[in-house]
Amino acid sequence: MPSALINVPRTAKRGDIIEIKTLMSHIMETGYRHLASGEVVPRDIITSFSCRYNGTEIFRADLFQAIAANPFITFFTTATESGKFEFEWIGDKGFSETASASIIVE
Amino acid sequence: MDVTGRPTRRAVARGIAASAAAAALPCPSFAQSAARIVVIGGGFGGASCARALRKLDARLQVTLIEPNRIFTACPFSNEVIAGLREIEVQQFGYDKIVAESVTVIPQAAAKVDTHARTVGLADRSSVGYDRLVLAPGIDLRFDALPGYDEAASLKMPHAWKAGEQTTLLRKQIEAMEDGGVVVLAVPAAPLRCPPAPYERASLIAHYLKTKKPRSKILILDAKDGFSQQRLFEGAWKELYPDMIERIALSQGGRVTSVDPATGTIVTDFGNYTAEVASVIPPQKAGRIAEIAGAADNTGWCPIDPVSFGSKLLPNVHVIGDACIAGQIPKSASAANAQGNACAAVIANLISGKSPDMPRLNGACYNTVAPGYAFSLSGIYQPKEDQFAEVEVKTSPVDAPREVRQQEAEKAQNWFKTITVDAFG
Repeated sequence: MPSALINVPRTAKRGDIIEIKTLMSHIMETGYRHLASGEVVPRDIITSFSCRYNGTEIFRADLFQAIAANPFITFFTTATESGKFEFEWIGDKGFSETASASIIVE
Repeated sequence: MDVTGRPTRRAVARGIAASAAAAALPCPSFAQSAARIVVIGGGFGGASCARALRKLDARLQVTLIEPNRIFTACPFSNEVIAGLREIEVQQFGYDKIVAESVTVIPQAAAKVDTHARTVGLADRSSVGYDRLVLAPGIDLRFDALPGYDEAASLKMPHAWKAGEQTTLLRKQIEAMEDGGVVVLAVPAAPLRCPPAPYERASLIAHYLKTKKPRSKILILDAKDGFSQQRLFEGAWKELYPDMIERIALSQGGRVTSVDPATGTIVTDFGNYTAEVASVIPPQKAGRIAEIAGAADNTGWCPIDPVSFGSKLLPNVHVIGDACIAGQIPKSASAANAQGNACAAVIANLISGKSPDMPRLNGACYNTVAPGYAFSLSGIYQPKEDQFAEVEVKTSPVDAPREVRQQEAEKAQNWFKTITVDAFG
């Protein structure tokens, strides 16, 4: 059951550098493991993460097998205007999740 | 050497190395008169080791360096916090160890000189050794969690070294009004006694259920899974429904900072206010291990699992919570087993024998309510340069209450046995 955790400051001053934290629950199965029966456990990972700030993409990351379960991604950006951050995770087996958070910039 | 009988350069080099190694060992004639073994740290590891050394070879001159005249045991100290037990029954002196002709020096070790083979003491005197055993336990890392320093520990007790911290946490919980939230902050591994935070939550829940039933417990955890998790969670459901909430790492449970002035605990994704907070910070080997140079950049001490010999220092062994012991959890039981096994290694080395392969037993009892306990016991042996679990037994998840009752009694007996073995 996927679930996203987001931490965006509720308010910031214009020009402030703010930290954004995200955590998506995901098994990040590498595709390299075998069951006791010898069968390969198929790959099931998040392959891409992106963040848009009022529609403009400000951060993107490609994810690979070496990234641990429940990817925790944090990054910084400059608070320019009030509005919305939209987050998107895309992965194997049709995985697609979104989340959003608002900010008031004074 | 080649057929001409001329030593090759390589053989000469090896010969030099061999004689250097031989020189590092106490010479047999001297050793037989009186080899000097110094043990730093009088907890379950050090005290057990000192006593075992004297029992194995009465000719050994054994010195135990421990600044505290009274040792306060951690196992069962969660029961003290919950008001089920008094701190005095956790306390042990060194009189019996002294009576067994171990020299006990009630001072802190301040430095170790592995070239001169001396331990410098707080009063600037020093003690010479042929073999040194470091059993310093843990130190709390007051630099690892922003806001949590030694002063903060008086507001948000870790109670991770039994004693005043234990009684402080108990008093705070006793003083809390009904309806309050007790927060437990749990660090990532490795830590002393991995299941103990969950035992603490259980026993505090027992106290609250009895005395302050509207109160809650919140566990903020930097780990996802934990030891005996199904047993704990089963017991919580059965005994304390809706009282204990746990936020695991993948749910954002890792604590990133604390503010003791306001009782605030901050994680990556939330702020929590606690009426009472027990913040267990990350840990490292006891300070003397670092001063001596036995700890690596993890803060813990790498050892050879067969001899407990330090990988960084000659003629030094490290036992107990301070050492990196592979799959053996850091516990009183492990320290006691390692203390005894290390004593056997040293007795063998002194008499010129090679060490036996240690086989260590570890037991870990968790009490979740009076008369309700479960356990994990393991057998550990060296494998590929590390201790590996060769056998492990955990209490069944769906056992009747009589079994939990029996385990609670076994736990009491275990405590008696281990403290008698360590302190006489």
